[in-house]
Amino acid sequence: MTIKSDVLLDAKGLACPMPIVKTKKSMKDLEPGQVIEVQATDKGSKADLAAWAKSAGHQYLGTIEENDVLKHYVRKANEDEEQEKKHPHVVSNDELTQALNEEDTVVLDVRESAEYAFNHIPGAASIPLGELDERADEIDQSKTVYVVCRTGSRSDLAAQKLSEKGFAQVYNVVPGMSEWSGDTTSNQ
Amino acid sequence: MTVKEMTTKQMAEKVLDKENVFILDVRTEDAFEDWKIESEHFDYMNIPYFDLLDGVEDILDQLPKDREVVVVCAKGGSSQMVAEMLEEEGMTNVYSLEGGMKAWSEHLVPVKVNDLKDGGELYQFVRIGKGCLSYMVLSNGEAALIDATRMTDVYIDFANEKNAQITHVFDTHLHADHISGGRQIAEQTKATYWLPPKDATEVVFNYQPLEDGENVKIGNTTIDIHALYSPGHTIGSTSFVVDDQYLMSGDILFIDSIGRPDLAGKAEDWVGDLRETLYERYKELSDELVVLPAHFMIMDELNEDGTVAEKLGTLFEKNHGLNIEDENEFRKMVTENLPPQPNAYQEIRETNMGKITPEEEDQREMEIGPNRCAVR
Repeated sequence: MTIKSDVLLDAKGLACPMPIVKTKKSMKDLEPGQVIEVQATDKGSKADLAAWAKSAGHQYLGTIEENDVLKHYVRKANEDEEQEKKHPHVVSNDELTQALNEEDTVVLDVRESAEYAFNHIPGAASIPLGELDERADEIDQSKTVYVVCRTGSRSDLAAQKLSEKGFAQVYNVVPGMSEWSGDTTSNQ
Repeated sequence: MTVKEMTTKQMAEKVLDKENVFILDVRTEDAFEDWKIESEHFDYMNIPYFDLLDGVEDILDQLPKDREVVVVCAKGGSSQMVAEMLEEEGMTNVYSLEGGMKAWSEHLVPVKVNDLKDGGELYQFVRIGKGCLSYMVLSNGEAALIDATRMTDVYIDFANEKNAQITHVFDTHLHADHISGGRQIAEQTKATYWLPPKDATEVVFNYQPLEDGENVKIGNTTIDIHALYSPGHTIGSTSFVVDDQYLMSGDILFIDSIGRPDLAGKAEDWVGDLRETLYERYKELSDELVVLPAHFMIMDELNEDGTVAEKLGTLFEKNHGLNIEDENEFRKMVTENLPPQPNAYQEIRETNMGKITPEEEDQREMEIGPNRCAVR
């Protein structure tokens, strides 16, 4: 599968500790919320990168192995994700689980496509928040739209946007994927 | 400034000499908890190298100045970097473990167990980082190997130094915790490779079936290797009596524990075999036999001279696993509360069957971690 990233770091052929040293350095140039793809051949880089990301507060998305190259995906920490939520219609993860059985339910996942690729609710549509303005017409306005992201912040912004565009039934799912315990799938 | 390296050989000596070393392990917390350089005389600190990239000032006062501090990582790269940073802060007692835990896992220490009756010698190869034990029987220019690891050069070079030709190579069972070097050594030296047939139903190469009661002579002296069917850890597990003195118990009986019966997915089926082997077949053997197992789990199992060996009679007195009267209690002990299974044990079994042939680098990865073949 192909996964979209904002920055590509080539750490192939480098032995530990260099893949992490370089990733840490590259991370400084990323905007919060952006995704870096780290290509490495050192097998130990997977566990180390995941542990490093956790310790540094970044979001480790996953790793794909292709022809002996490990492609790691990490999303830079976004400090303003804890902002106040403004969209008035909010549902919990449990309420979304119930709604998944309804005929007119649409789940819209507004996380970055790399986040979506590794882990999402089966059947969810993927439109990253940054692309929503151009692509909102891909969603049927007559349906009930449940917007999810990782923690409920990006989906809050997306839900507001959809309401402005005339969507009548839009719910922000809080907290979203970070605590989702139902079924998930990946693009692999 | 180049950082001082400590070799795995030097490290092994420090473990065996019970020196008081301070280990700064810079792998992830998970890796450290899973597996580390063991010694009750060592002190440890674990902080991942990626938490030290911005500097080591914060940990300086937690490191001793009056004894050796050895920085350890997975392969020896990150430990070099951290050791260098510590030196730049003025520390002079810092070393980086050359090759890291990978090299540590592969290091073999040959220890002489004893002379044999007719002039031969018996060596135990202690794989100190992983707790694997293998054996070489030498007699009159011939050598036999038992449970060899994949570090095949070590055995071949050792036999050459002793002017001996390796003629027989044995595996007591199909190993699940480490990759056997037996087949490769046998191919290189044109030796006969023996495997218990009941463990070898799926292997894809030729081997000599090792049957109960089989005698193999090493050299033209009478060092018989007597095979003894002893199922339990695997269905085919076979023990050997060497020179009427030594019982090679494979993964059936260890010094302070017994073999686990679940690594081929058959715990319930094999627990009866395991009990019969330990409580009946082994009971009939002489108490004077010296048990030489294929593993040790804790450093306490090493004797003063670095060997792992104990008389069978002593084990019948002291090994908890040999002293459980109640059969149901025994069944419970070996099927419930088992330790986690060894890393990649399924792939290791397939490699030992010849079904897959991973690259050397992958073989190293597969063997990472402790052996975990026992249940206490």
